[in-house]
Amino acid sequence: MSTKKRVAATVNGDAAEFLCEPRQSLLEVLREVLSLTGTKEGCNDGNCGACSVIVDGTLVNSCCMLGVEIDGCEVETVEGLARNGKLHPLQKTYLEETGMQCGFCTPGFLMSSKALLDAHPDPSERQIRHWLSGNLCRCTGYDKIVRAVQKAARMLEAER
Amino acid sequence: MNKPEKLPHFRVVGTNPIRPDGLDKVTGRAVYGDDFKIAGMLHGKVLRSPHAHARIKSIDTRRAAKLPGVRAIITGADFPKPSVAMVPMGEGGYVDMNDTADNVIAKGKAFYDGHVIAAVAADNPHIAEEAVALIDVKYEVLPPVMDVRSAMAPGAAVLHETFNPGAFFMKTHKVLPNASRLELGAGDVARGFKEADVIVEREFTTETVHQGYIESHICTAQWDERGQVTIWTTTQGAFAIRDQVAIVCAVPMSHVRVVPLEIGGGFGGKDTAYIEPLAAMLAKKADRPVKVVMSRAESLRATGPSSGTFIRAKMGAKKDGTLVAADLSFAYEAGGFPGGPIAAGVLTSITRYNIPNVRLEGFDVLVNKPKVKPYRAPGATQSNFAVEQVMNQLAEKLGMDPVEFRIRNAMKTGDRLILGFPCPPVGGVEMLEAVKKHPHYKAPLGKNQGRGVAFSFWFGAGLTSSAELSVNSDGTVQMCTGSCDLSGTRLTLAMQAAEALGIDVEDVSPTIGDTHSVGYTLQSVGSRTTFATGIAVYEAAQKVLKEMAGRAALLWETDPANVAVDRGDFTDMNNPAHRFTFRELADKLEHSGGPVSAQSTVTPERVGFQLAAHLVDIEVDTETGKVDILRYTAFQDAGKAVHPDFVAGQIQGGVVQGLGWALNEEFWYDAKGRLCNASLLDYRMPIALDVPMIDVVILETPNPGHPFGVRGVGEVPIVPPAAAVANAIYDAIGVRMDALPMKPGRVLQKIKEQKSAAA
Amino acid sequence: MATVWIPTPLQALTGGEATVRATGGTVKELVEDLDRSYPGFKEAIVGEGVLVRPGISVVVDGSVVKKGLLHPVGAESEVFFIPAIGGG
Repeated sequence: MSTKKRVAATVNGDAAEFLCEPRQSLLEVLREVLSLTGTKEGCNDGNCGACSVIVDGTLVNSCCMLGVEIDGCEVETVEGLARNGKLHPLQKTYLEETGMQCGFCTPGFLMSSKALLDAHPDPSERQIRHWLSGNLCRCTGYDKIVRAVQKAARMLEAER
Repeated sequence: MNKPEKLPHFRVVGTNPIRPDGLDKVTGRAVYGDDFKIAGMLHGKVLRSPHAHARIKSIDTRRAAKLPGVRAIITGADFPKPSVAMVPMGEGGYVDMNDTADNVIAKGKAFYDGHVIAAVAADNPHIAEEAVALIDVKYEVLPPVMDVRSAMAPGAAVLHETFNPGAFFMKTHKVLPNASRLELGAGDVARGFKEADVIVEREFTTETVHQGYIESHICTAQWDERGQVTIWTTTQGAFAIRDQVAIVCAVPMSHVRVVPLEIGGGFGGKDTAYIEPLAAMLAKKADRPVKVVMSRAESLRATGPSSGTFIRAKMGAKKDGTLVAADLSFAYEAGGFPGGPIAAGVLTSITRYNIPNVRLEGFDVLVNKPKVKPYRAPGATQSNFAVEQVMNQLAEKLGMDPVEFRIRNAMKTGDRLILGFPCPPVGGVEMLEAVKKHPHYKAPLGKNQGRGVAFSFWFGAGLTSSAELSVNSDGTVQMCTGSCDLSGTRLTLAMQAAEALGIDVEDVSPTIGDTHSVGYTLQSVGSRTTFATGIAVYEAAQKVLKEMAGRAALLWETDPANVAVDRGDFTDMNNPAHRFTFRELADKLEHSGGPVSAQSTVTPERVGFQLAAHLVDIEVDTETGKVDILRYTAFQDAGKAVHPDFVAGQIQGGVVQGLGWALNEEFWYDAKGRLCNASLLDYRMPIALDVPMIDVVILETPNPGHPFGVRGVGEVPIVPPAAAVANAIYDAIGVRMDALPMKPGRVLQKIKEQKSAAA
Repeated sequence: MATVWIPTPLQALTGGEATVRATGGTVKELVEDLDRSYPGFKEAIVGEGVLVRPGISVVVDGSVVKKGLLHPVGAESEVFFIPAIGGG
């Protein structure tokens, strides 16, 4: 058993200090150490995107990053999307446009969509499909997910 | 029950409200298999056979047992022989529990790469994994049998000395050491082909594919001192898991409580027990709760898949475009145990056309791959790939429009089906007419672009479902059903309750019961949840309304026969001043005999057929052989679309799975029968960039077997894409595709053959 | 008399006839009646007691009937025995 390391990070806007084993992935730390189980494991080898989170503004597969690597970083997960009881526009539009069926890949899609809209507030359909191409959804065929992102972009534009 | 011609004007059915479980799913709160935790929980890991076919000589667990933190180790020897052999799984289907038990954990012989040999429970997953590596197994490696043709060839290695071939009307139909056979027919095929002016005869192959749900198989088991085990799991059917665990682990059914958690996709692949009996046995031996999580590689190696096939198809038609004969032979992989989807595959192959002379033959073939499981319309995608290509070829030979040719032969309400009975109400001709009239059908195409059509059929299932409704004093209603929600069925069932009770859907709170809290309900399979569980909800609502009308009669001091109920309003037909809304009467239940609840368990007998027609435009890159999907329009008859956006979602999802099957997906096995692409990088499912928007046209020919006219919708959309794409490739570049997947190398090979034939 | 459609594999028993007429008030009685004319028919259809063999569904007048062999039939009924089909 390896020695645990002390890690200090900001998770969804709050300071988080925790101990983790060097072999633990960020995904395992989020789920098992910080009890943030909204981030999902679909493959554990970086190919499904169910574990997508945002670290210092960059979209990552949390299964492919170590927990110790987030020391000093800002991490955003699905649990941080809604603020003060108010849903993020993406959460609203995924519901309204039925951009999910089983819902398992949804947290990862929401984070990829957020990373996209943070970088490109008015994305083309092609851009949306490109940014979401690291996330597998086996239920929807992607159509309604793309529409949900398009609608959220319009909502965010109206809010600005 | 209402007849379709008297369908009510709907208030709730046909609208698109937001699903009540949606908030949990967009906020990360929803509890899926791995999100469930329990105090003192151990972690299980599984040792799997590295050989596709091997006799197990010995298993030595001593080194693993000595590793600190290991709490229990189990092998096949820890499991009893099932006391029940054949268990009904609904709709006349049976499962051989000896096979189920042997598939859960190998006893003496491993039948596929990934077959479970032993399992370990330890303090954490890492220790469990280390312990698994310390188990010594001695194998006698046997030659693997990896495809249907070699399995049926003389001299093939034999998987099972004896097996139960399934009773296709005979004591046994085991025709070959590794295969059993089914034959169905009508008329005289030889005479039919004599009458034919054009005949097309071809052979096809398809590869093994996986359901590919994004959440793997995960469960947690805990025993109590009374010998009762509780299992929290991600499944399509809690009762099916309960029954299988009870039989495989020899526990009374009443002592197995299965709690279904949220499920991250199933598509037929999560209708059966894999790890639940392992978790139960580990937990019993360790005397601690145990969670077992299958990795992605394990799930690809050892669960699902859908059958690879070899198909021979010969069909003939007269000059006027009338089909006269079909002689079709299908060999489906069963995997390591018998029971592939041959009856369904064979019957769906041509059910949608009237053909007087037919011979249908199916082989259920044992191969050293995981036991196949349903995958959305099991067996139909493969048979459709063959038949719909032959249909297009016949149309071409006849000089007919392919849609017109299908209209000419499409089965209509009342026509005799292959099995003899009359076709229930269908709208196949109307659907094909809609295809012809759609702008997509006539839109211009560019160079190396082509358009394909395919027409498809699926039966759907009825099966047993239960529901309970309980009226609260404020007029809201609790609804509990036994149907696991894969895609939003909590809402489609709540909508039907609201419609039947005459209240708002927001006033119905749906929950899914565990096996101790709700009546028997079979799996969410066969496109049956909104249809069959919907009928259970409807029947329970009728009981609630009848009881409430009685209460109104009591309060008004009149006979219950005088109380009229319409859309939630109760009125006294003899006194217009007597009037209660649902909410007003709910408030008075407590003092008129007590609160009202009602339960219903149904097994619907009239399942509406599912029909779909798909149109696809593709472009072939003739340098690389890559096929791009340019445009897709899916037509489907929903009977009555309860939630049209969800229906469209089912169709779009099925289409894209079908496109994956058509273009990319296949299991690659090496010469030793080991799966080489057990990751989501190499098992290449469609991503967002691979597909365009999927346009959907919903038609509604009501199903008289449901009070609102509902048909199942979930399965048939996966059936047409492979055939439609194959037809489109021919339209684009003039090559006939005879194998799935139609990957770039295969298309390029066809282009090369075409060039050398021309030269 | 009800009409019974004979599954292809059993048409060997009926001399190739695809439909035959039989007398009885239930599917079971029809099967027993047919077994007198075509010995072996009952054994092919009936499993344990009053149950059909595993893998077979009984269809009466277009509906898959849950009572199976015990389902009542009328003089004009049409009875079919079909392979069982599941789903995903």
